[in-house]
Amino acid sequence: MNRRAFTATIALALAAGPLLAGCSGKPSNPNAVELTNVSYDPTRELYQAINPAFAAFWKQKTGKDVTFRMSHGGSGKQSRAIIDGLDADVATLALGYDIDAIASKAKLLPADWQKALPDNSSPYTSTIVFLVRKGNPKGIKDWADLVRPGVEVITPNPKTSGGARWNFLAAWAYGKKAGGSDAAAEDFVRKLYGNVPVLDSGARGATTTFVERGIGDVLISWENEAFLAEKELGKGKFEIVAPSLSILAEPPVAVITENAKKHGTTEVADAYLRYLYTPEAQTAIAHAFYRPRDPKVAEQFKSQFPAIPMVTVDKDFGGWGRAQKTYFDEGGVFDRIYTPKK
Amino acid sequence: MTMRATTEGFATRLVLITVAMLFLGFFLLLPLVAVFSEALKQGIGGFIEHVDTPDAWAAIRLTLLIAAISVPLNIVFGIAASWAITKFSFPGKSLLITLIDLPFSVSPVVSGLIFVLLFGANGLFGAWLAEHDLKIIFAVPGIVLATVFITFPFVARELIPLMMEQGKDDEEAALSLGASGWQTFWHVTLPNIRWGLLYGVLLCNARAMGEFGAVSVVSGHIRGETNTMPLHVEILYNEYDFVGAFAVASLLACLALVTLVAKSVLEWRFDLHGGAKH
Amino acid sequence: MSSTSLTAGRWRRPSVLPGFGLTFGFSLAWLTLIVLIPLATIFLKAAGMGWSQFVDVGFSPRAIAAYRLSFGTAAAAGLVNAVFGLLVAWVLVRYSFPGQRVISALVDLPFALPTAVAGIALTALYAPTGWVGQYLDPLGIKVAFTPIGITIALVFIGLPFVVRSVEPVLADLGKDVEEAAATLGATRSQTFSRVILPAIGPALLTGFAMAFARGVGEYGSVIFISGNMPGKTEIAPLLIVTQLEQYAYEGATAIATVMMLASFSILLLINLIQAQGRKRMGA
Repeated sequence: MNRRAFTATIALALAAGPLLAGCSGKPSNPNAVELTNVSYDPTRELYQAINPAFAAFWKQKTGKDVTFRMSHGGSGKQSRAIIDGLDADVATLALGYDIDAIASKAKLLPADWQKALPDNSSPYTSTIVFLVRKGNPKGIKDWADLVRPGVEVITPNPKTSGGARWNFLAAWAYGKKAGGSDAAAEDFVRKLYGNVPVLDSGARGATTTFVERGIGDVLISWENEAFLAEKELGKGKFEIVAPSLSILAEPPVAVITENAKKHGTTEVADAYLRYLYTPEAQTAIAHAFYRPRDPKVAEQFKSQFPAIPMVTVDKDFGGWGRAQKTYFDEGGVFDRIYTPKK
Repeated sequence: MTMRATTEGFATRLVLITVAMLFLGFFLLLPLVAVFSEALKQGIGGFIEHVDTPDAWAAIRLTLLIAAISVPLNIVFGIAASWAITKFSFPGKSLLITLIDLPFSVSPVVSGLIFVLLFGANGLFGAWLAEHDLKIIFAVPGIVLATVFITFPFVARELIPLMMEQGKDDEEAALSLGASGWQTFWHVTLPNIRWGLLYGVLLCNARAMGEFGAVSVVSGHIRGETNTMPLHVEILYNEYDFVGAFAVASLLACLALVTLVAKSVLEWRFDLHGGAKH
Repeated sequence: MSSTSLTAGRWRRPSVLPGFGLTFGFSLAWLTLIVLIPLATIFLKAAGMGWSQFVDVGFSPRAIAAYRLSFGTAAAAGLVNAVFGLLVAWVLVRYSFPGQRVISALVDLPFALPTAVAGIALTALYAPTGWVGQYLDPLGIKVAFTPIGITIALVFIGLPFVVRSVEPVLADLGKDVEEAAATLGATRSQTFSRVILPAIGPALLTGFAMAFARGVGEYGSVIFISGNMPGKTEIAPLLIVTQLEQYAYEGATAIATVMMLASFSILLLINLIQAQGRKRMGA
């Protein structure tokens, strides 16, 4: 064997080694701190507004610079990434179940994480509303109109989208109230999904399908997404319809304590999340069409948000753990609805 | 030479060409045109405005870096594998070729998943990596690995049929004239295969820059840090910034077009050399 | 098999060329490191779930519906590509016309264009409000969010595999054979079906198989245009993602295993057929 050939080949192959390994760690500046916020899709605009404000606040308070690494994606996918080692300091996801999963599967934060911050660790809330086309040509007023024959409903797949799970539970709550039983609720939801022509994999995909592709008569959507679509995406082309009953959607935030400990960011991560409850942040939250928690700010933006009676996951569905198992896990209600008829 | 019975009549030819062109126009050209027209919806100014952002530049830099690492690795492998496969005969060759083809047929989703299963926090090597503070998944190395996996067959696939066709007479002649193995490869084999090699490299490079599914699984989507261009397209699309999404997409499409032009130039030179040689 | 290999008592036939150990060893090592070990983790993970659970997840009615869709649309797209890919290759090799070089370059576009971009572009074209969709919609033809849309995306993805496999063989196929056939009184269509088609058959088969295998696993371009309705337009790769969303890694690997074994068997079969063909021709 030719020795030079051999060494050349091996050298080339090995050259990749350091390159592969050499990408961890960053030059550290004692006066700078970096926070990784792993969030879900619809919060981009929100954190784009809040991050610089917090950076200024933190600089003034401690003299330290804080920079942000933002990651956005589907809530479940983001949760899985954290479990698999994405080194998030804070997680700001779409539903409690996704942070529960981080606590139970990766033990990166305590199981009672939701008690760490006020209001169930949800500094902002939202709810589920309908977005219809201008003039509401199909006359959609409430959930009952969604199961009428000939009405096309757009909602994402609850298996892959956190937002879609809120949609599903809101529909279920209405069906149960109207029909009086779980069986009636399942029947209602089955009819509703019978009217769905496209199940996008995420909430934003569903909005695009409805707004850009022009498919469907009604989009079941986060309230904040519906506002965004109504006010920015297609000005004057859509209307929001508030149903008679909806669900209180509480997107939670949490410090991933083990990661923060490792990065030495516990203090700033906690301050960052607590900052979300300040009047300044709450105002930014309302501007991003989320419902603020702060009573004063809420009062100020009262006219923006319709008053809707709401159920909650904890009271009406026994918490996310149970809801996920009953409705969305393999063999749950959602699978039953979609079992191919033989 | 008589052309009478070995080609078709003018009408048949015209029909065949037309059908082929319509098919290509419908399936290939139309999507390409759609990308560019969406990107230029707000004119050139809007296009530049959407591309000239720090996040977009970070994505472009990362994409170039990924390609610069993964393509050379696949070149070395491609040459070594095709040398072994085409210059020698051994049992199990078909199996080996099939294994090399395997990444073509593995779903991109799975291609990402396997590296998460290996190097994720709960993966086989997860604990060891955490102990040594090494990052593979959700960092550049993970993206490189997924990309190398996805583009694994490209160079070898291009070289194997070419070298098989060329046989080993040239090399044997060189050796019998006293050249060393390395000299033989450098002065005989490489010149013979260089255009095919370049073609494989170009395709490999295009795929390395364009891969979405597998990279999406291992990237972590940290803005300005682990977002490649295709992932950035998705991000912009999900931000309802459709013009921006198609603008970055059109950059990738341009890259594809440059690749194709380069490839055509190569083929043209290849023909010229081939013609001169035979 | 020649007798030299037997007398040499080695598993490969001797050759004067050097470098077998180096290149074969390196190839095998790199292949093992990058492809085989990572893929083995899939099987390892799937094996961790026990046979009955594996069958439950890997062959649930929904999974079977998804396989049927994925393999069905991939086969349909492969067939479309086999026919039109052959036509395109034929036109490019045998005729000359203006713009030929540009067209030839264009064929590789699907290799080079990111799949997500292709998916978005195709959806934009074929949605009911799209450039093409708006004309099809009044006719009652729905493309986006139906199996037809999936097939179109896969035709796009797979076309270059067929064209690039067939092209060189078609170019190599000397005219003398055809001339001989013609001299012996064969009509043009007889020459095509009895002389040309058998000669390019293996290449066409390879192209079809590669396009098919690629189509079965395709995710990026399909996900936008498929509609994702369980049992109807839900492709198998999406099912893997769905399993992952439930943190069911085993379930995801079960489906991945079924898909991979199917694809691998098809590819191996094709490569064996090829090797057989080579042996016959070479002997």
